[in-house]
Amino acid sequence: MTYAYYPGCSLKGTAIDYHTSAMVLAERLGIELTEMEDWVCCGASPIHQRNPALASGVANLLLSLSKGISKDVAVLCAACYHNMKKAEVEMREDGKKRKEVEELSGIPFNPEVRTRHFLEILDKDYGLNSLKEKVVKPLSELRVACYYGCLLSRPAEIAFDDPEQPMIMERILEAAGAETVSWSHRLECCGASHAVPLTDAVLRLVNDVLASARDAGAEIIACACPLCQANLDMRQEGIRAKLGVAHNLPAVYFTQLLGIACGATGKQVMINKGMVDAVPLLRAKNLL
Amino acid sequence: MKYQIRLSGDEIRLMQEVKARSGVDLAKCYQCGECTAGCPMTPEMDAGPTKTLRLIQLGMEEALFDLNTPWLCASCETCTARCPNDIDVALVMDVVRQMARLKGKKIPVKKPRVFQDVFLKSVENNGRLYEPGMIAFYNLRSGDLFHDVGLGPKMLFKGKLPLLPHTSKNREKLREIFRKAEALEKEAGKKASQEAHDESGH
Repeated sequence: MTYAYYPGCSLKGTAIDYHTSAMVLAERLGIELTEMEDWVCCGASPIHQRNPALASGVANLLLSLSKGISKDVAVLCAACYHNMKKAEVEMREDGKKRKEVEELSGIPFNPEVRTRHFLEILDKDYGLNSLKEKVVKPLSELRVACYYGCLLSRPAEIAFDDPEQPMIMERILEAAGAETVSWSHRLECCGASHAVPLTDAVLRLVNDVLASARDAGAEIIACACPLCQANLDMRQEGIRAKLGVAHNLPAVYFTQLLGIACGATGKQVMINKGMVDAVPLLRAKNLL
Repeated sequence: MKYQIRLSGDEIRLMQEVKARSGVDLAKCYQCGECTAGCPMTPEMDAGPTKTLRLIQLGMEEALFDLNTPWLCASCETCTARCPNDIDVALVMDVVRQMARLKGKKIPVKKPRVFQDVFLKSVENNGRLYEPGMIAFYNLRSGDLFHDVGLGPKMLFKGKLPLLPHTSKNREKLREIFRKAEALEKEAGKKASQEAHDESGH
């Protein structure tokens, strides 16, 4: 199983723990993630907020970089996934659109190419039974809230699971022995990059998400997006200072939890990178 | 007795321009309010998505560009996912932002636009986003000099901030796409307003 891996900017910076843990996990599972050469930024949300056509043009450039590695592009970041998958589906289904994007980017679109989120790869390609065989340290008695945020499942055309009620992350973490909780805010927006220009709004949104997870009995939140994780983790201090609520709820990447379940050490999956320390909880559960 | 709101001429020009840019036909919106009900940013918004769409339907351009709503949209696409008439509401918000910029409108809420600009400038300059540089420019341009200044050292300590920008051999290619898209959107603007002008019976 070889995939053309597109990390995107966050995974080489603020989300280095997501990248590293995914690499460690993939290696343990025998999934080959070959990084595409000379990739550029997908532009995340600001690019389509400025000009939707520009977003598609850049996405087509990125898709073309998978050539020679695999027709399947593996992506971990929800915003990258969203931009690339949206452009890919649009070009495959709409000939006029395809022509426009090809002309803008100066690159022919390969209709064979598929943008795949790593969750989907684990669930559909690798399979939960194979995953179960690799679990050496089940995440027993760890109550996890799986957080999807917005962009993994919206719009419905790009979703790899039910867009309003996805269960893919629950299925995967349960296969690794975790107990997942049922909670209301799993698809609510964290405010994403508004964290910079509209910090107070993001504190409100993140506070709601964290309260919902906590009320459902979660001990830890699993994320599949670097911006979700950054907001849920790093904004807890601001919530404490401005809203007077102390959550102290660790938010980590699903790949970190799976890596540990598959026998990697905490250090290997960079579990100590969070502002809210997940280590005491995972130690108490004998996972570290 | 049957009441009708007749829209012709100038009133429908705005809706036609939005359609030309986005492919979205806002005549399909029957104002059910589902988009606003699901929108996470409504507490901060002045109008919310439903009323924003209404202003476009009624051709109220001035009122539309006075709204903070499109600039507060977080692009989560909950509205798009839930619209019973398959209207891509989030795309309309993108197009309203785009039109405001191209028409040189004064933007009622400055910071999200500054963020958009410095983010894309960083991408254009380096090929990849350089977060520390972007935040420094953001703080300068927004006038919010000490924004999140406490987070920086903590992230640096955690090894979450790269010290130097990453670059890519495809940087030039990326810049070329940026330049071309900019030229095309201007051209599309002229074409859209011309078409709208012709169709609205002038």
